[in-house]
Amino acid sequence: MSLLLPVLLGIIGAAILLCLLRMVRGPTTVDRAVAVDTTATVTTALLVLLGFAFERYVYLDVALVYALLTFIGSVAIARYLEGGL
Amino acid sequence: MATAGAIVTTIGTIFLFLGSLGVFRFPDVYNRLQGGTKCTTLGAFLTVVGVGMMGPGWFVKALLIAVFILLTNPVSSHALGRAGRKSGVSLWERSVVDRGGDFDSSSGESR
Repeated sequence: MSLLLPVLLGIIGAAILLCLLRMVRGPTTVDRAVAVDTTATVTTALLVLLGFAFERYVYLDVALVYALLTFIGSVAIARYLEGGL
Repeated sequence: MATAGAIVTTIGTIFLFLGSLGVFRFPDVYNRLQGGTKCTTLGAFLTVVGVGMMGPGWFVKALLIAVFILLTNPVSSHALGRAGRKSGVSLWERSVVDRGGDFDSSSGESR
């Protein structure tokens, strides 16, 4: 169990790195917005897992607020890209 | 319960990695949206619920976060796909079918 959590955190870090590479390379703006949205979801799971690894219950609140704010941000970026904002 | 939570968390983490690999590898905005949203939704749900099963007393708030992700992630993905369609991002050249070809941008409704 003590070995499992660093391995899981490393896998999630690799996932965020792949999303960041797509964010750098993406040909259009919508590609970058999709990469940001995926990164936000992965980061929410990462915060919950970090809270368990550090035994800090307050990280769950941080994850909840982060999920809420990134949802609003993604919808606002999408509305801006389709020209309705 | 802790062992079951560890197994569920591991499966969710693998789903998160595969979704991000799909975002990196797929050839098209819409394919990337498909891989990066559905896979990541399931992965985040399983990861958060698994952590809630592992930690004692964490289950209710973890389930709240998981249900929130499950509700809001398809909404933002739909908004992003619609934004790509309306801002004129073309499909991959080897795509077979395109049912949104005559998108009416004035009313905002497809056929």
